[in-house]
Amino acid sequence: MPEPSVGRRPSGELEASVLAALWAADGHPLTPADVQRELGTALARTTVTTILARLYEKGSVSRTRSGRGYAYLPVQDSPGLAARRMRTELDKSTVDDRGTVLARFVSGLGPDDEKVLRELLAQAGGPAAADGGPGPAAAGAAADGGTGDGGPR
Amino acid sequence: MSIAVWLPLLLPLLAAPAARRLADALPPRTAALLLAVSAVLLAACSTAALGLLAGAGALRLPPVAALGHLVLPVVGDQVTVPAACVAAALLTAVAVALVHAVRRHVLLADRARRNAEQVGTAAGDLTVLSDARPDAYALPGRPGQPGRIVVTSGMLRALDPAEREALLAHERAHLSGRHHLFLTALALACACHPALRLLRAPLSYALERGADEAAAAAVGDRRLAALAIGHAALAGRPAPRPYAALSVATGPVPRRVSALLSPRAARTPRAIALLLAAVVTLSAGCALYAAVDLHGSIEVAQGEPR
Repeated sequence: MPEPSVGRRPSGELEASVLAALWAADGHPLTPADVQRELGTALARTTVTTILARLYEKGSVSRTRSGRGYAYLPVQDSPGLAARRMRTELDKSTVDDRGTVLARFVSGLGPDDEKVLRELLAQAGGPAAADGGPGPAAAGAAADGGTGDGGPR
Repeated sequence: MSIAVWLPLLLPLLAAPAARRLADALPPRTAALLLAVSAVLLAACSTAALGLLAGAGALRLPPVAALGHLVLPVVGDQVTVPAACVAAALLTAVAVALVHAVRRHVLLADRARRNAEQVGTAAGDLTVLSDARPDAYALPGRPGQPGRIVVTSGMLRALDPAEREALLAHERAHLSGRHHLFLTALALACACHPALRLLRAPLSYALERGADEAAAAAVGDRRLAALAIGHAALAGRPAPRPYAALSVATGPVPRRVSALLSPRAARTPRAIALLLAAVVTLSAGCALYAAVDLHGSIEVAQGEPR
């Protein structure tokens, strides 16, 4: 897997990548070094630290002491509840409506799509292609609202 | 008014399949533009035709005739009263469908924005929702405001860091390309003429393909972009998806992955392109001709010398 290209980009995009990394850590606090490792070496440690400090000031992340520095966690109020309510509201709107407003990353898969897709990914030769994605993530997704979201604050 | 006024109502039935075939063979950006522009033009012509038919019928009513200062009955027009009534009914249906489409559109966008603001964690152009179900979409901003990328925590966990960058780049392409305007234009066109619904799936596909290519360029790796799409789609299993009913034999997701992994040079089928251009031009020509014709009849009926 090649390094994600995160060097020399608008700061808003860097903030987005950092927040995504924190959320993907599934309740484990990340130090600036952890985040830097996640995002690739193109990004200086000081840049990561600055971005994390900015996100902390905005209230998007919380932090705990970790050694001589801090480890960061994304802030979530009443885990999952509000988001699930939103999902329910959005799901109520018909397929047509959602399609006209929200361009989604992936639409649903048809009956044969899953098989075709797994074959394509196996041919592409990704290390995670065989099982259809990183294991713990897939399991967490299947559990839907399981332990993953209620991680330590 | 002659047969010409009826043609714009029927031509979308011919043009929609042609546009669909053509979009299939074009690069994504061109295809999206072609689909949206032809849909809007065809919808405008068919709605204008309905308006002309209903208007010509209305002129036969004495109060309307008086309002238009008509001193003679409208002559040379073959619009029958039943036809005008049907046209008026259809026009009303179009107006209702348009209002309905706009209202639901605004409601849904507002609801999604409000919820993203209230429950999401924001940084830069990204809002993360704490939700184990994988989902990601581009949320267009209010007029004058930038849009946002909305991703659930479940989706972020399903992808590795490089794939997450591909996902973010994909959604950024939707936002910077203002793809929601294409979707809105088509939704309004569909409210005007139901045959144009045939263009919905091809337009969505073209927009997704365009964003996929932009993402592949941004991360500098087509294979990585393909893996991101594939893993995101499979992460959604086995949760039931409301979209599943839409798919045909092979759905858009495997086709997108395949297009990234093995790109093929697009060849434009010239015959179909010409046919589509001819049909859209004919449609506009007929609506225009009918309008000029009705205008002429009105002037005669007003007693003006021609």
